[in-house]
Amino acid sequence: MAQALLTLRDILVRYGPSTILEISSLSIRAGEILAVMGPNGAGKSTLLRLMGLLQEPTQGKIYFHDREVNPSDGLAIRRRMASVFQEPLLLNASVYDNAALGLRLRGLDGRAIEQRIRPWLERLGIEHLANRQARTLSGGEAQRTSLVRALALDPELLLLDEPFSPLDPPTREGLLLDLERILRETGITTVFVTHDRDEAFMLGHRVAVLIDGKIHQVGAAAEVFLRPVNEAVAHFVGVDTKLPGVVETVCEGLAQVRFSGGCVEVAGDFQAGEQVLLCLRPEDITLSAPGEDFHSSARNRLIAKLVKIIPWGAHYRAELACGDSRLVALITRRSFLELKLQVGDDAVASFEATAVHVIRR
Amino acid sequence: MELVWEGIKHACRLLLAGDAEVLGITLFSLQISGAATGLSLVAGIPLGILLAMKRFPGRSLAVSLINTGMGLPPVVVGLFVTIFLWRSGPLGFMELLYTPAAMIIAQVVIAFPIVAGLTMAAFQSLNPNLRLQLLGIGASTPQLLWLLCKEARLPLLAAIMAGFGGVISEVGASMMVGGNIRGQTRVLTTATVLETGKGNFEIAIALGLILLLLTFVVNLLLTHIQQREQIRWPKPS
Amino acid sequence: MLAALALVLTVPAYLPAGETASKNVILSTTTSTQDSGLLDVLVPLFEKRSGSSVKTVSVGTGQALELAAKGEADVALVHAPSLEKKYVADGKLLNRRLVMYNDFIILGPANDPAKIKSTKSSAEAMKRIAASASRFVSRGDNSGTHNLEKSLWKIAGIQPKGEWYIESGQGMGATLGIANDRGAYTISDRATYLAFRKRVTLAILLEGDRPLLNIYSVMEVNPANGPRVNTTGGKAFADFMVAPETQVVIKSFGVEKFGQPLFIPVAGMREEQVGE
Repeated sequence: MAQALLTLRDILVRYGPSTILEISSLSIRAGEILAVMGPNGAGKSTLLRLMGLLQEPTQGKIYFHDREVNPSDGLAIRRRMASVFQEPLLLNASVYDNAALGLRLRGLDGRAIEQRIRPWLERLGIEHLANRQARTLSGGEAQRTSLVRALALDPELLLLDEPFSPLDPPTREGLLLDLERILRETGITTVFVTHDRDEAFMLGHRVAVLIDGKIHQVGAAAEVFLRPVNEAVAHFVGVDTKLPGVVETVCEGLAQVRFSGGCVEVAGDFQAGEQVLLCLRPEDITLSAPGEDFHSSARNRLIAKLVKIIPWGAHYRAELACGDSRLVALITRRSFLELKLQVGDDAVASFEATAVHVIRR
Repeated sequence: MELVWEGIKHACRLLLAGDAEVLGITLFSLQISGAATGLSLVAGIPLGILLAMKRFPGRSLAVSLINTGMGLPPVVVGLFVTIFLWRSGPLGFMELLYTPAAMIIAQVVIAFPIVAGLTMAAFQSLNPNLRLQLLGIGASTPQLLWLLCKEARLPLLAAIMAGFGGVISEVGASMMVGGNIRGQTRVLTTATVLETGKGNFEIAIALGLILLLLTFVVNLLLTHIQQREQIRWPKPS
Repeated sequence: MLAALALVLTVPAYLPAGETASKNVILSTTTSTQDSGLLDVLVPLFEKRSGSSVKTVSVGTGQALELAAKGEADVALVHAPSLEKKYVADGKLLNRRLVMYNDFIILGPANDPAKIKSTKSSAEAMKRIAASASRFVSRGDNSGTHNLEKSLWKIAGIQPKGEWYIESGQGMGATLGIANDRGAYTISDRATYLAFRKRVTLAILLEGDRPLLNIYSVMEVNPANGPRVNTTGGKAFADFMVAPETQVVIKSFGVEKFGQPLFIPVAGMREEQVGE
């Protein structure tokens, strides 16, 4: 069992009458990357500031290496962490001076600083920019500088607050890949805040979903991604198909659930009469034309009417009406062209019983 | 216009001949306004930073007072300081009226809100997240304040120049609390008023020009410091 | 940077030390008295002799007397006899002694539209100015000069009113300038006129009449007026002003520069005797 590096307990953050954050318990394990995900205004930045000891909670305790942190020993512990924010927030100086700032604040001399900074500048690919003035940098270059500044401190805990969200997609991708490699190689414990689910699941070992100041689910990335624990989380992790229904029959680990658009077979241990919500990811639904001889092991086939079809990156996103509910499927461009479906046509949506994630209501 | 030309010639004569009285008045003006500005910086910059960065009960009142104080008419300041320093006033026992100390006090009252108000604006113009980011890489509170001051260097130096400019050029307060006593509390501005009243216009213009020259030199120095970092543009790589 | 710092650090040398405080004598006087330059000669003499430090506060006549009445000064030197007598009667100012006098003159445009040149009476001249509605510039600031002008109007039995009567509210120099620009009549003390003579084309149209006498008196401040009145210092300065050696200095003041003395010493005389 990995040791807890930082633990938050019974945390409450209030601004006047409104509660921003309410967390009974959250631990960061040594060596892990925790992605904190949630919609805007969820309190993610506040949570990160609490972890970085940059803000005091209205109530609650924070433990670092199992010792409670007091405001008085704040600086010593704060210096064992490093934060990177959304904007690079560099000073009006050269890239080198900016990157070296954290080390200078700790009183290291010029040579020691040079020895530590140069390798990091290389590792993040900005060695050639060392003497450039910070204000002449592009967004990506500036953020790389900010990362060097934090990483060169050799922190026990790295805190990143949506560091790539203001960047354009190719720059963001490049940085993400570089960061992923660096974190993997160094094993630095990291808390990474984002509202982008792709980033969260790509980088995070564990993912925490924060909505309206509360943590709804914390777990391994795959777990949260595929098996959201409630509707709010489901919606946020990209489960676009949600079918409310009732369990009709149960037999040998399979249950039949009836909803407004038909009957669905799901795997799991249920009782007849239970109210449930069936969740499906768009990638798990396949479309075919009605009447087509379709060889597939998918146990579920529903007839649904195509309501909307829009391009979605390299795919197409199809919305279909099934009973009172909507199904959302993601199909490749080629499949779509082959199907020759028009809005208003009926289609067959099929999916595995095991692909359905059931949330009890 | 020949009057102005006469004044310029007279000013040069006074300065080059090293006229003891004029040099004395000039030095004294610099000392008084310099000291007043210095004290205003010591008190005003920390207050400005506090108002910019911390929320506390009564903050908005303090901000309003500072902003009002920036526009205080110097002559009104002089009047109130005089009333305080009168023998019958609360500070009368200190016998400060008509002394350089009284002039410094009055000038601090004028310059302090200017410095505090402009420092506050300077710090409020910084990115609010900069403070968090600097703390987030391990800056202690003194280190943080030092770094923020460096980042806000341009508007901070403007605050200093505004404070100094406001007091070196004022005459109402200096006249009232100082008394324009020869050899004791006479500064360039009050001396100019005196000579004008006596009808000695060349001397008045000369003194006025010396004051302008003094202010210009001081501001040149401060501007040089302010703009120094801006001059080093990176060569395109 | 360092030079500037060093400069500012020498300021404490200017701050008053405790023990010299009681040696300060605050003299309240008028701007015109200060502007004449006489005090620049007399005050250093007194300081050397007595060891005191004199702080000369030169303001308007009204303020000078009020400061003395509040005990914010130790001795007063002004030239507004009617006002002074009120303060003496109230007990605010003590031991009024005459020091010196100069005179006022009535100035006006050289062509003299109100024809005041032909009379020797200042009251009559004022009547003629009012009757002809010729432009007249008044100080309008309750100064010694203004009070004298008011007393002349009183003797003439006239309340000056109308577009021809201009109140400048400023000092004597500025008022002369306005009168010069507008071709108007005005009353001025001789000393200021002499200083401005080159700059104005106004001519002296009436002088020497008794009401035009400008009598300077020195008065000591009643210690009951306020805390910390330096009675010994105040008395010493008043005594100095009427002392024979000082009166000699006053007599010769201005002769070199203007060819005539600016003040005539009259210490010891009675007020009715002055001007004879």
